Amino acid sequence: MGVAGGGVGVSAAWAAVLVVGLATIAIKAAGPVLAAGRAPPESSGRVMHLLAPALLAALVATQAFASDESLVLDERGAGLLAGGVAVLLRAPLLVVVVVAAATAAGLRAIG
Amino acid sequence: MVLAYQQLRIDGYGDSGRIDMADGIAIRGSESPPQSSAPRESYRAGVRAVLPLLPAVAAFGVSFGVLAQSAGMGAAASMTMSATTFAGSAQFAIVSVLGAGGTVAAAIGAAVLLNARYGPMGLAAADVFRGGPLRRLLEAQLLVDESWALSNRDGRFDRRVMLGAGAGLYVGWNAGTAVGVLAGDGLADPATLGLDAAFPALFLALLAPLLHSRAARSAALLGAGVALALTPITPAGVPVIAATAACLVGLVPARGEACEGAARADVERAERGAPPSARRLGRWASPEEGSA
Repeated sequence: MGVAGGGVGVSAAWAAVLVVGLATIAIKAAGPVLAAGRAPPESSGRVMHLLAPALLAALVATQAFASDESLVLDERGAGLLAGGVAVLLRAPLLVVVVVAAATAAGLRAIG
Repeated sequence: MVLAYQQLRIDGYGDSGRIDMADGIAIRGSESPPQSSAPRESYRAGVRAVLPLLPAVAAFGVSFGVLAQSAGMGAAASMTMSATTFAGSAQFAIVSVLGAGGTVAAAIGAAVLLNARYGPMGLAAADVFRGGPLRRLLEAQLLVDESWALSNRDGRFDRRVMLGAGAGLYVGWNAGTAVGVLAGDGLADPATLGLDAAFPALFLALLAPLLHSRAARSAALLGAGVALALTPITPAGVPVIAATAACLVGLVPARGEACEGAARADVERAERGAPPSARRLGRWASPEEGSA
């Protein structure tokens, strides 16, 4: 990753900081500010209810199997499998996380 | 993966789902729920909930700081980005695009796409936030994947857990970034410690208790499927955003009626003095309710 000659121009870095920072602040605040004090319509309840499973499953899938723009099966997948076993055994969150990390780290140390 | 989901499904019928449902019924049952004592400890509960993650979050903050330094972003810009953008995946995307000689526009585009998911997430959690627009805007900055997921209570969100967990994550991420920027290289790569495997496992652990209805399982499978299918053919960020559309299976009525949806509808009907729906009673009695 080392970039010769000082790398990215400082102004480029600050442009990214400013634009992405403002955009992210606006994206995060849009719902909370614009929907303030308004209870979501009853019909949207079921859809919102299912947002969490859909989004969490997508995060699980991409964070375990996506590498840039390709699908890979690496130590993260093995860690996820071990963590999944811990979940089935109703292990506490800390144990799930440690089991997954230790599995991936162990396989990387061997490989 | 399919096997795992099947087992989780059975698992999910355990007590946690029932308790959530009872809460929902209790709140809906009386127009003014007795919310007398919202304990102050709940912010601490949020911090406690996030503690298992803090080492991993801080380690990734360190690695962001190191990478940003080696890409030549400069210390002040790197730390400002962690303080204002506060979103790991987007920040790593910026560093990797800029570090590889990409344009600022490409870096910004990738980061904004990655953060677009916070739009629907913020909307879902909108009633968590209080006060005027400025306070809401500021509090909403503590919304990140982990605080959102940890505070999710079956489609509703616990305000204090979200803010407590978000604050813990904010401190960990920014402290880590500062360490990485200042200490530079020579620190362990989080991947060596397997910390990159911690996050999918975390999200799986938070997903599992939500899978107690058929609709939730459909949404999860569809969400994961869409995300994986789109990963090779779309820019990063798009798969997860597209996967949120899987929650639209909630609009599909009949066949896969969600347990809690039917139960809530029954509660509302009962309040109006109507009998519970025949379909749900039929489902309840039916032995093959898992078949679709």
